[in-house]
Amino acid sequence: MTDFSLWVIVSNLLWAARWTVLLSLMAFVCGGIVGLFLLFLRTSNVRVLEILTKGYIEFFQGTPLLMQLFLLFFGVALFGVEISAWTAASLALTLWTSAFLCEIWRGCVDSIPKGQWEASSSVALNYVEQMRYVILPQAMRIAIAPTVGFSVQVIKGTALASIIGFVELTKAGTMLNNATFRPFLVYGLVGLIYFCLCYPLSWYARKLEGRLNAAR
Amino acid sequence: MPLVDITNVRKSFGALEVLKGVSINVAKGDVVAIIGRSGSGKSTLLRCINGLETYQSGKIVADGIEVGAAKTDLRQLRRHVGMVFQQFNLFPHLTAAGNVMLAPTVVNKASKIEARKLAEEMLAKVGLSDKSDSYPSQLSGGQQQRVAIARALALRPKILLCDEITSALDPELVNEVLRVIEALAREGMTLMLVTHEMRFARDVGTKLVFMHNGLVHEEGHPKDLFAAPKTPELQQFIGAVG
Repeated sequence: MTDFSLWVIVSNLLWAARWTVLLSLMAFVCGGIVGLFLLFLRTSNVRVLEILTKGYIEFFQGTPLLMQLFLLFFGVALFGVEISAWTAASLALTLWTSAFLCEIWRGCVDSIPKGQWEASSSVALNYVEQMRYVILPQAMRIAIAPTVGFSVQVIKGTALASIIGFVELTKAGTMLNNATFRPFLVYGLVGLIYFCLCYPLSWYARKLEGRLNAAR
Repeated sequence: MPLVDITNVRKSFGALEVLKGVSINVAKGDVVAIIGRSGSGKSTLLRCINGLETYQSGKIVADGIEVGAAKTDLRQLRRHVGMVFQQFNLFPHLTAAGNVMLAPTVVNKASKIEARKLAEEMLAKVGLSDKSDSYPSQLSGGQQQRVAIARALALRPKILLCDEITSALDPELVNEVLRVIEALAREGMTLMLVTHEMRFARDVGTKLVFMHNGLVHEEGHPKDLFAAPKTPELQQFIGAVG
């Protein structure tokens, strides 16, 4: 049994943490794009589109992320499609993130006074133009704080990717623990790295919220 | 052919029928003042004309476009029918000029320079040349409402609908807005105003419509109607608002 120095453990964890960061970024950026697209459908006042997006959101909000991961990773394999852990994880996290972001943003869009819709309608803007030039610029200001806050959930959500064998921070921790049998040290460090990733974001979200409240 | 032709329009919100068969004709250059108690359907009628509300039966034709038909080109309609609201509804993230420029650039694909020139012209018209770069929050209520008028005029509409545009203003700011409307009337703009400013309705209006319980109860020239209201309801209304 080789002896693992603290440095070896830390460097391995940090090396694996880059996958956590990458997966988070991927999920957040792609989820944001899909979420924005869904937002347009969700607030379109077209009944069919609203019901469909609502169903989509309810599904991803109402079932465990882990189950969604399993469905994608193992479920898709049943149809004979080989899917890598990375693809499955980033796909599942993207869909999950898009559902939550869409719902957060819908709340922000709903908080814009009805008069803004009416005024922009009456100067002949169509729905997409209203969103683009009038509603979203105002809703975005409100959305920044909760969006940044939610990014913390995405980072923590990536830990589940370890279960389908994707070697990110948590999986690396499990592997190192199996080799060293020092769970407190290893998982303590894993937790610390997650905290270092998440805390600045929650701190920033809180600060943004404070600034917005002061501006009112 | 009238510019706005409203024929037997009915509109319900659920079980509540707000318009019970309203007919009004508006010729080019008319200044129509619509008065009546709150709940008499005045605002709803105005909002039906530019398609902000739908109606169940009857027909509204504005500048040759039938409103509310399944194939109504709302964009085309709203280029011809402008609207000003009680609560101004300016876009708070845009400057006064930005508010005015938005529709010309987005809807009419005007260049930034053209739109800016148009905005300056419209803001001058409402007496706010010096406020182009102010944000709505930096303007008084009267100034905001005048920007809203400039914004509505920027698409060069044929008709301007004004929905109680002075009701949210402090009394000392009412006149600056009414003066702008009066100037528009003198230029020949066709106006339909829901208003509680009786003196203004009498002095500037060319036609007065008194609505009561979702119907046109009495209509005619404002001077005649104010001097000799025929129905007891109008008599009572004029007496009450004095």
